[in-house]
Amino acid sequence: MAEKTVQIRIKRQASPQEGPRWEEFEIPYRPGMNVIVALRDIAERPVTVEGKSTSIVSYDANCLEEICGACAMIINGRPRQACTALIDKLEQPITLEPLSKFPIVRDLQVNRQRLFEDLKKVKAWIPIDGTYDLGPGPRESPEVQQEAYPLSNCISCGNCLEVCPQYNDHTTFVGAAVISQVRLFNLHPTGRMNEGERLEALAAPGGIQDCSYAQNCVKICPKGIPLTESIAAMGRAVIKHTVKKALGK
Amino acid sequence: MAKNIIIVGGGLAGLSAAIKVVEKGYSVDLFSVVPVKRSHSVCAQGGINAAKNLKGEGDSPAIHFDDTIYGGDFLANQGPVKRMCEAAPAIIDLLDRMGVQFNRTAEGLLDFRRFGGTLYHRTAFAGATTGQQLLYALDEQVRRFEAEGKVRKFEHWEFLSAVLDDAGVCRGICAMDLQSMEVRTFAAEAVIIATGGNGAIFGRSTNSIACTGSAQSALYQQGAIYANGEFIQVHPTAIPGEDKLRLMSESARGEGGRVWVPRDGKPWYFLEEWYPKYGNLVPRDVATRAIHKVVFEMGLGVEGQQAVYLDLTHIDAHELDVKLGGILEIYEKFVGDDPRKVPMRVFPAMHYTMGGLWVDDEHQATNIPGLFAAGECEYQYHGANRLGANSLVSCIFGGFVAGPSAVEYAKTAAKAEVPEQVFTAEKARQEAINQQFYSNEGSENPFVIWKELGNTMTANCTVTRYNNRLQETDAKLQELGERYRRVNLSDKTRWANQAFFFTRQLGNMLVLARVICLGALARNESRGAHYKPDFPERDDANFLKTTMAKHTASGPKLEYAAVDTSYIKPRPRKY
Repeated sequence: MAEKTVQIRIKRQASPQEGPRWEEFEIPYRPGMNVIVALRDIAERPVTVEGKSTSIVSYDANCLEEICGACAMIINGRPRQACTALIDKLEQPITLEPLSKFPIVRDLQVNRQRLFEDLKKVKAWIPIDGTYDLGPGPRESPEVQQEAYPLSNCISCGNCLEVCPQYNDHTTFVGAAVISQVRLFNLHPTGRMNEGERLEALAAPGGIQDCSYAQNCVKICPKGIPLTESIAAMGRAVIKHTVKKALGK
Repeated sequence: MAKNIIIVGGGLAGLSAAIKVVEKGYSVDLFSVVPVKRSHSVCAQGGINAAKNLKGEGDSPAIHFDDTIYGGDFLANQGPVKRMCEAAPAIIDLLDRMGVQFNRTAEGLLDFRRFGGTLYHRTAFAGATTGQQLLYALDEQVRRFEAEGKVRKFEHWEFLSAVLDDAGVCRGICAMDLQSMEVRTFAAEAVIIATGGNGAIFGRSTNSIACTGSAQSALYQQGAIYANGEFIQVHPTAIPGEDKLRLMSESARGEGGRVWVPRDGKPWYFLEEWYPKYGNLVPRDVATRAIHKVVFEMGLGVEGQQAVYLDLTHIDAHELDVKLGGILEIYEKFVGDDPRKVPMRVFPAMHYTMGGLWVDDEHQATNIPGLFAAGECEYQYHGANRLGANSLVSCIFGGFVAGPSAVEYAKTAAKAEVPEQVFTAEKARQEAINQQFYSNEGSENPFVIWKELGNTMTANCTVTRYNNRLQETDAKLQELGERYRRVNLSDKTRWANQAFFFTRQLGNMLVLARVICLGALARNESRGAHYKPDFPERDDANFLKTTMAKHTASGPKLEYAAVDTSYIKPRPRKY
């Protein structure tokens, strides 16, 4: 009996200057495999299904437990983390492609620097006075903690941006992940003191008015973050802030 | 000269150091192989220790200090550990002020839970993703400084070496862009290394891919002393996987989880039976050896497999979601079962590097002038076994000491004009090494060598150690080192070549593996995580001392240094 195998098609691109090409691989199946194990198998024997030697496949990965956000890619047409993509649950041949909304580096590796830059635009931090000992932080009810904590689980993977019709290289839209971070920091008792700055950043071009409410983001988020709730809440907050400011309050 | 400090590594230790350096008026060049928000610190789950005594139990930093020293089997120098435990409560307050979403009590105060090796509720936590939440808080503060122009990030850069002048003083680093593959040197008044643990040497572990130990090994080969390399923590509870052994936090037991195996048709809670005082919360080395005994010696692994049950099913599902949600999700996603309903199957896995670059007691300074180290890459806070939830506090405290120490050094060290030749020579040396890999015509696949390295290290240098097997392991490591010289890059391109970088790291892993193996071979006693059945007792007369490994052409040369036990007299460790 033939050994059970896994068929994988990978969209390869040697560099940003070169065009993409597809390569197919067939590797031995083992129970419990995920896409990362499959890519490592290929690295141990980088030979295509036609028997041609090739280079190992480049991809970003680090923690392998869906908490670092590194290994996002498009798997069978759906953006997701490769580490939690179990082979048993994927239809074959499995297709792997890089995220399309970010500049390609090589193969499945892309440059997601824009996501981190956009966090600067909205001042996604608590502006503390300094790290010297100033005693405990502000009290917070368990209810507020339970509202804020899921928002702070964002792993900056970029999957919500990949599926967003408004996020691309000719807009400046910051996208759901960053909008949700504004909600997180504006919920915090100290962060709230600077909520105006963050809301003004969201009122500016590339901010919340660019959202078309397609609601793809919330469906794709691997961490189950209530992104559309965040967008709605920040939409209301931006309007309230803008009106108050117009009235000189 | 610009007032500039280089920090290599952007996990908790590196980011903590960066914040302190900026506060002291110096700027930071921060290097990392991954965007710093993706550093391995995100994997820490259960919490961070500080004796804030918010549960009315009479806990204190002095008891935290005693638990830590005792848990580490008296191998840690006591001064730095004492200072860390005293600083811990203020560190928690600071993180709270930075906006970390710690779990709260009904009154709105920080909630605390129990962890291994203590009888007190001393561990603050943010669900079961505390490391992620702490890292993000520090990442946000550093992003704020970056926006102000005080921190420059070099993400996706690989550290290759320190730039040392003719007097052996560290004057900067040599690094390589993971995309363009350009080799560059960078000058700094001081350098802080915060590059984490070395799990990749064991193939599969709970560590992230970036935790290769490559930077520490490179520095060791440049003359930095590597201390207590043989002390490797194996965590008792992880989910076995082919690519990674995924941690199931000790907090599962802190919240009441019970470990058992079926015996005579009934659950046998062997930890509770063997250790009535601490039960499921004995320190990790003790729990790991107990699980090995039950599985390998008594043959009682679940369904004959290498597995025991970690059971949460008796705890209220909502409480589990609030306190342990993150790890339950990991188990569900990777195993497919719901731990609220069925007991989890777990097994021990390599987890933490207690040893590391030697640093002095006061300043986190290595023996190379101008080179500092903080976090898991250095050796000093955990002795022979780290207590759960002490790693996050040691990373942040170490960074908080290293940052100001580096600035102080920069201000006071004798300034000398560093000849440009010092930098060009190091760059040329590294480029020559790179060229060697490209021109190599051998037939060895680096990923295959790595697999053999991991298998042999896991089999012989983790839970139970025998001298004959350690000798065989060292011979195997030397054989792998020979084969490594014939390694062939499957990819000879010069753009974002991951095979190339992995191959470079692998060479450093092979060197450091010998330090671990030979350190273990020489230490004929059992202490903390280092266990030899042929030498089952702790031997303070001969081995209450720090292993100090120095690199030579023929392998590590081991020397020993006395341990400072001036606060707590060593006593037998019996849980």
